[in-house]
Amino acid sequence: MFYREAGQFYTSYAKDQGIFQLRQDKYGLWGILFIAFIVVPVGLYLLVQGGLMAASTKDYLYNSIFLLLLVNSMAALGLNILTGYCGQISLGTAAFMGVGAFTAFKFSTGLNYRIQHEDDAGELVSQLVPLLPAIDNPILLVLIAGFVTAIVGVIFGLPSLRIKGFYLAVATLAAQFFLVWCFSRVEWLYDYVSSSTIQIPPLKLFGLVVTGSETVMRDGQAVTIYPAAETKYLICLSLVVFFAFIAKNMVRGRIGRAWMAIRDMDIAAQLIGIRPLATKLLAFAVSSFFCGMAGAMSLIFYLGALEGAEAFNINESFSVLFMVIIGGLGSITGSFLGAAFITLIPIFLVVSLPWLGGQFGIPVDAAVVEHFQFMIFGALIIIFLIMEPLGLARLWQIGKERLRQWPFPY
Amino acid sequence: MRLKGLTLGLAAAVAATGIAAPAVQAADTQYFPLFTYRTGPYAPNGIPSANGIADYLNYVNLKHGGVNGVKLVWEECETGYNTKKGVECYERLKGKGTTVVFPYSTGITYKLIPNADKDKISILTVGYGRTDASDGRVFPWTFTTPTTYWSQASAFIKYIGAQEGGMGKLKGKKIALIFHNSAYGKEPIRTLELLERKLGYKLTQLAVNHPGQEQKATWLQIRKIRPDWILLWGWGVMNQVAIKEATNIGFKMDRMIGVWWSGAEQDVVPTGDAAKGYKAGTFHAAGGDFPLIKDIKKVVYDAGKGIKGGDKYIGQVLWNRGMVNAIFATEAMRAAQKKFGVKVVNGDQMRWGLENLNITAERWSELGLKGFMQPVKNTCADHEGNGPVLIQQWDGNKWNIVSDFITPMREVIRPLIEKSAAAYAKKNNITPRKC
Repeated sequence: MFYREAGQFYTSYAKDQGIFQLRQDKYGLWGILFIAFIVVPVGLYLLVQGGLMAASTKDYLYNSIFLLLLVNSMAALGLNILTGYCGQISLGTAAFMGVGAFTAFKFSTGLNYRIQHEDDAGELVSQLVPLLPAIDNPILLVLIAGFVTAIVGVIFGLPSLRIKGFYLAVATLAAQFFLVWCFSRVEWLYDYVSSSTIQIPPLKLFGLVVTGSETVMRDGQAVTIYPAAETKYLICLSLVVFFAFIAKNMVRGRIGRAWMAIRDMDIAAQLIGIRPLATKLLAFAVSSFFCGMAGAMSLIFYLGALEGAEAFNINESFSVLFMVIIGGLGSITGSFLGAAFITLIPIFLVVSLPWLGGQFGIPVDAAVVEHFQFMIFGALIIIFLIMEPLGLARLWQIGKERLRQWPFPY
Repeated sequence: MRLKGLTLGLAAAVAATGIAAPAVQAADTQYFPLFTYRTGPYAPNGIPSANGIADYLNYVNLKHGGVNGVKLVWEECETGYNTKKGVECYERLKGKGTTVVFPYSTGITYKLIPNADKDKISILTVGYGRTDASDGRVFPWTFTTPTTYWSQASAFIKYIGAQEGGMGKLKGKKIALIFHNSAYGKEPIRTLELLERKLGYKLTQLAVNHPGQEQKATWLQIRKIRPDWILLWGWGVMNQVAIKEATNIGFKMDRMIGVWWSGAEQDVVPTGDAAKGYKAGTFHAAGGDFPLIKDIKKVVYDAGKGIKGGDKYIGQVLWNRGMVNAIFATEAMRAAQKKFGVKVVNGDQMRWGLENLNITAERWSELGLKGFMQPVKNTCADHEGNGPVLIQQWDGNKWNIVSDFITPMREVIRPLIEKSAAAYAKKNNITPRKC
């Protein structure tokens, strides 16, 4: 009763083409955006100011949960475009994220290269020479990372013209291993540091410190300014919302329909005039663009410093693939739901199990939690997939249909 | 999309109720978060390490009622040696009164260093972590006490030189480095390369990827190169596999030296007798034949207050090292209590305590560890203390110390550290402290 279209008429073509045709959906979306952009930051700020929450808890929520969730959502969006909409299975998501992270790092330090020479005493002297001025705008870095990754994605997408399905998955697996190998072996990528760890230099946006710290003189005293968790969160959130909007519009337009046609039957798609070459490669490019941005965000906002081979290993690829499968293939909403499921459930279990054990007087130590987390999380995935093989997005859709009639089913 | 908000809200609510409450500690307890890995491919080494820390803290509570009457409390957080999980642990536990963390992972250490001064939490990395963080002027919050990978690598070369009959004999010798392909495993490379140029040996670098079971290609290379010496820089199952492979190809085990993280009982026992002769670095004595360790067994385990199944680790190499870690923390706390006249120390005070850590030979005896370790002394500029390195050897049953304390090549290492730290400072707009 509360969720039905009765009485809502389309009076213009524009309305007929709206993303959310139902008023309730539209308000719902605005509501979520309002919560995410205003209620969460302001609410948490007030809670901390009012002494109801420790400042460290607020940091924890932002740094460990919200930022991770946003990064994963972006990656899931990217993979969903490729796998969910265009039907090309990819196991190289983490590697593409890595390309994004390393691109952001290289551009933030000015694309350094090294020149070495021996001095008079026979000692090796090395010097880093920047090719370009260093970029210190995080959003620009994220976008550059997206573009570079798109190019890399297209290169690794080329085999998709000849091979399909599982065979393509194996080809993307090659991308995963090759790129990760580069992250730990190509010294230029990590500025020749001995540990192959990359660390983002201090960045600023509109005068706000985003990474690193800044020391300024205030009233004759040196004050060190650290980045606020809110700044990172809001930048990430804006990026994710903006690009989710782009993705949504892309998949429901001509491009998206071409992708879906290729996914459903590529020969038929070819017959109706869709060029598989351009369409598949475009899907690879767009998908990699998103994944690259996710990787750059992960470096800049979430981790700050990371080691390519560890942060972007194959497990990460699988984890994003699971987000897409559990969330719902071919659904933008599903990407978010899947990312939330995969990201939040383990953290929730780790936090809640010791508490739960405490209620029954059973001490639960960290290792037990870890084992239980594996078991429960695994079981949950299986249960969800049996209950609804089409993912959480489908579950949500069924829920909406039920709501349409509720509470008067007749 | 609406569910996303709901889940966000739900998570927020859970986190708020679950975590926020104990932000302020009870008046007379000192809180330590312990990052452990009792699960996963690094668990064989993670368990004794974690137990060593926890057992010592427990012992101090049971025997002395805490440090000067301040009870020690600790909480474990499972990282699985995974950086992201470690970061989650750090963020979750940092507000509970944390003053110092022991990341027990070089990767996590790298991630935490930039946050340390903001959160006022010291990072104590006993024998691991980021070597150039030993420069206390650039990294006031990071402590690599008592010694570092770079120092150890130089000590190994010194030892090999002595075994070969003088540093001049190193020329033309082939040394293979088998390392865990991570920030941890790559730490010694720069030092070894530098010394290669100076001393003229030939270094071959062989990387082994996480988690380290797959080493067939590596050992094929070893058979081809036929190195005179092998340095092993592994962790977790990688060590066991490497030692087994070495015995399979019949490599002379006394010419294979492991980093101190590759020289525990867990690493050699699976290979059995064949590992006899294998050597490893360390910075403290092996075995449980010390008054303190016997007392820990008595006070904690014989009274049934220890970790379930934990008594078998007492006196093992990694357990001992975990205990050293806990001793550094409690000794720093003691120093800070004395200096500032407080009971529970805060982040700044703990940092002072670590920076002025001074465990003399007498103090080691007082602790019941006479001859266990060399004296440790930190200064404002030097957070490493430049601890000497020992070589221990496996005799099929236990580890025995077979060398004197080897002083690392400080004249080579310290300039490297300072140069690297200065580069870090420049990149990150840090003005080094005056010391």
